[in-house]
Amino acid sequence: MADALLIPITADVDVVTARQRGRDLAAEAGFSSGDQTVIAAAISEIARNILMYAKRGEIALSLVANGDRQGVVVVARDQGPGIRDVPRALQDGYSTSGGLGLGLPGARRLMDDFEVVSDAGKGTTVTMKKWRRMNA
Amino acid sequence: MEVPILKQGHYLIASIQSALTDADLSHLREALIERVGRFRARGVIVDVTALDVMDSFAVRTLRDIAHMARLRGAETVIVGIQPEVAFAMVQLGLTLKGVSTALDLEEGLAFLNMQTQVRIERGGPGRIDRG
Repeated sequence: MADALLIPITADVDVVTARQRGRDLAAEAGFSSGDQTVIAAAISEIARNILMYAKRGEIALSLVANGDRQGVVVVARDQGPGIRDVPRALQDGYSTSGGLGLGLPGARRLMDDFEVVSDAGKGTTVTMKKWRRMNA
Repeated sequence: MEVPILKQGHYLIASIQSALTDADLSHLREALIERVGRFRARGVIVDVTALDVMDSFAVRTLRDIAHMARLRGAETVIVGIQPEVAFAMVQLGLTLKGVSTALDLEEGLAFLNMQTQVRIERGGPGRIDRG
């Protein structure tokens, strides 16, 4: 895996930075502009989740190759309160923050792989990937 | 990044120039709603052509602007949603239900002209509550 790009998330301006960096990385890796937008939107949702629930955290962006596929890997980490019921948090329309409840389920729909590991009281790590087939 | 708001006749035109933070979006909402009253605007156009991403917060804020402006007697139209942005919005499950949209600024102005025309025909110069 290539070196990860780390973006601290502590304010709303960092959400914009994270999604722009994600778009740049996806462009660099040859993703279509449609996929770049999809990746940027997913990053925006999970970065905002960090701000909303944990106040601070970080997003790591990297590229990974797997056979004839190349992927953008987004890892969002925080040491916030954690998610008590992960399956429920992945359901549409479920939100404890008064938000739209689109954050996690929305981001999951946008990406190919999506994994949430959360310990109540210790924090949450969301890992998501978007793949593209490499030509030749 | 402050969004410039232009006044053109009875309309306000907010032309988003670059990526906006949540705070910028909230500020745009307050500024537009205040100006609808100050300039007695009948229509609001929010041009999002330059936005390369719309997430749940951006969509909710645009919907709030449209609903609040309507409560103040002005019709809102969102113009310039890019094809990739529309695609990602649908995947995210984001809709602009109850909010008018148009392809670009020109279509947006034509739409508002039509809307305000209908209003005048139906109820004279006064404003009609369109619920």
